[in-house]
Amino acid sequence: MKTLLTALKFIMLMTVLTGIAYPLLITGVGRLFFVRQAEGSLIIDGGKILGSELIAQKFTDPRYFWPRPSAVDYNPQPSGGSNLGPTSASLKDSIMVRRSRFAAADGAPVPADLLCASGSGLDPHISPEAARYQLDRVASARQLDKAQRTALLSLIDKYTEAPTIGILGQSRVNVLWLNLALDSLGRR
Amino acid sequence: MSTNDILQILAYVIALIVLAPILGQFMARVFTGKPHLLSRPLGWLERITYRLCGIPANHEMSWRQYAASLLWFNGLGFLIVFILQITQHWLPMNPQHLPNVPWVLSFNTAVSFMTNTNWQSYAGETTLSYLTQMAGLTVQNFVSAATGIAVFLALTRGILRKTTSVIGNFWVDMTRSIVYVLLPLSVILGVALLSQGVVQTLSPAVTVTTVEGQSQDIPLGPAASQVAIKQLGTNGGGYFNANSAHPLENPTPVSNFLEMLALLLIPAALTFTYGKMVSNRKHGWIIFAVMFSLWFGGLALSLYGEYSSNPSVGLNTNLEGKEIRFGTVNSVLWSVSTTAASNGSVNAMHSSLSPIAGGVAMFNIMLGEIIFGGVGAGMYGILLHVLLTVFLAGLMVGRTPEYLGKKIEAREIQMTILGILIPNAVILLGAGVACVLPIALSSLANQGPHGLSEILYAFSSAAGNNGSAFAGLNANTDFYNIVLGIAMLIGRFAVILPCLVIAGSLASKKVSPPSAGTFATDNSTFAVLLIGVITIVGALTFLPALGLGPIIEHFLMIAGRIF
Repeated sequence: MKTLLTALKFIMLMTVLTGIAYPLLITGVGRLFFVRQAEGSLIIDGGKILGSELIAQKFTDPRYFWPRPSAVDYNPQPSGGSNLGPTSASLKDSIMVRRSRFAAADGAPVPADLLCASGSGLDPHISPEAARYQLDRVASARQLDKAQRTALLSLIDKYTEAPTIGILGQSRVNVLWLNLALDSLGRR
Repeated sequence: MSTNDILQILAYVIALIVLAPILGQFMARVFTGKPHLLSRPLGWLERITYRLCGIPANHEMSWRQYAASLLWFNGLGFLIVFILQITQHWLPMNPQHLPNVPWVLSFNTAVSFMTNTNWQSYAGETTLSYLTQMAGLTVQNFVSAATGIAVFLALTRGILRKTTSVIGNFWVDMTRSIVYVLLPLSVILGVALLSQGVVQTLSPAVTVTTVEGQSQDIPLGPAASQVAIKQLGTNGGGYFNANSAHPLENPTPVSNFLEMLALLLIPAALTFTYGKMVSNRKHGWIIFAVMFSLWFGGLALSLYGEYSSNPSVGLNTNLEGKEIRFGTVNSVLWSVSTTAASNGSVNAMHSSLSPIAGGVAMFNIMLGEIIFGGVGAGMYGILLHVLLTVFLAGLMVGRTPEYLGKKIEAREIQMTILGILIPNAVILLGAGVACVLPIALSSLANQGPHGLSEILYAFSSAAGNNGSAFAGLNANTDFYNIVLGIAMLIGRFAVILPCLVIAGSLASKKVSPPSAGTFATDNSTFAVLLIGVITIVGALTFLPALGLGPIIEHFLMIAGRIF
């Protein structure tokens, strides 16, 4: 009985310490030093929230770069992957559909990241190859001339993030930032 | 594989090998009550805990009292998480107005977090309120990890002490683990993750209108604090459904590196803590080397699998279920580490891994979570295998087996065998039964051998207290919630209790000085023998089942078959 009482006091104290005080401490640090990160890394322009730079948005208009396929159709409630296995017939079908959706006029092979759904369904990035691969489609949908195409290509380079300190992670392009830049390019 | 892939693996390995011994030495000082770096700044927290809870810090417990304290405490922890879930709709800090969680799912989740498994039949962002995640799950992330450390410490004292009946004080071990190790490391990691973009707020989800004019709800919540301890405490339960594949839970390559490092750090460091505590550092290094070799072998095999093409679905590079910012090498590094340690968090969907990498993940769990293993749990798990190895070596030469001066006799070996075999039996029997029940089979999302793998993985993950999944399986059914819940309980306590019995039994024995005939446990011969015992026990038990799952799937994939 005494053991039970000690156990009860101990779990209550640990709930206060690790379940209330500790999360609130981290929240406080966020409030003070990392406001933007703590609140979802939102992109805000003129008071309007355009999205989170960490969450992929659905793009179907050929005038935009498209993100990687999503098993949850870019709805973050809840996130998730397809969980289809390596010998799954539905995975094979999905890949065929994606291949024909992305296929370029010149018949070059589609980069693998555009054929495969991401783990979270919300991957905000595509590979630089996947961005360049979509350049033709975007350029012709927007009826860009040769100079503008070159500008677009350098825009992709500008939004390409390299591996951290040259080692960690992969080169990648944030699709939402690229598309927002694309729109402002058109406005100018 | 590129040069960059190799550099990333090297960076990870170097960071682990540099940091683990340092942390290990520190923990040895903490757990033996010696003065250390944090005794001044945080000592008051330890003392106030004893005072508030009425803990006589100098009073030591027999193994029975130790076990009773542990069971009562875990039982209450279960109850709190369970009650929070079934009442969360009426409680504060629920900005999404999520309904109460159904009973059966609440049972599964409460057991899952109490046993350090963190198997998730639910999706965090659409099921649990901020209060449930914080006051329920985050707390269990801490205390279930501390429970593992406590059992490891009790077992170590049993090995060390002579002719006594006491093996330490459960509350003191818990308090020191949390106050000096888990909490400070979590604060550091939590802030680091926050800086990278892991969310940490009590604000509700943000609704945005996308560029193409659709509505999208960006989930928020106190994630960074929970993600830090879920990685450090080998818990693995994601704040969001996609776990550490979610960009708000693991936003950058830096956050990924830190989360991966946190995943193996404490379990690896505890090998050095053990070496220090038993005054045989070389023995600690040998255990580390054994774990590292098994981990590295799994990594090499998995990389081979992931870099092979898949003719079945027509892919040269398999990125299904992976995130671009991490790429293949980080996904594999993670899948091997998270299953070797009983963490179970994921940064890529295991179900979509190549058959070999998925098979390695499963086999890592099946070995009993001893390749680094859970915080504390990995150490007491491998010590059971060490005892078995010493026993087998003794049989070979016809001497009474001894371990660090203690005679290993019938009672120890009976308990060792129970601790090793019961979880294995749960995996094979559970998966076997599920394979013939229509109610269990209707949960499958994949057909053919991958379907069997989904079931086998689920029972391995539950009984091994891992928590990762081949998530094609819809586990949120009454059948799986109840059966896997029971598997988690058995997998946890059917190892903990035998360990405590062994601790009590060894503590009461005399220490015999080493003689010329003593079998040394701190050299490479012993390391090879230990690796042999681990792989033979695992292979004999599970190869037939693996043959029908991932192994045959690999060959069918090469042949281009689909299901």
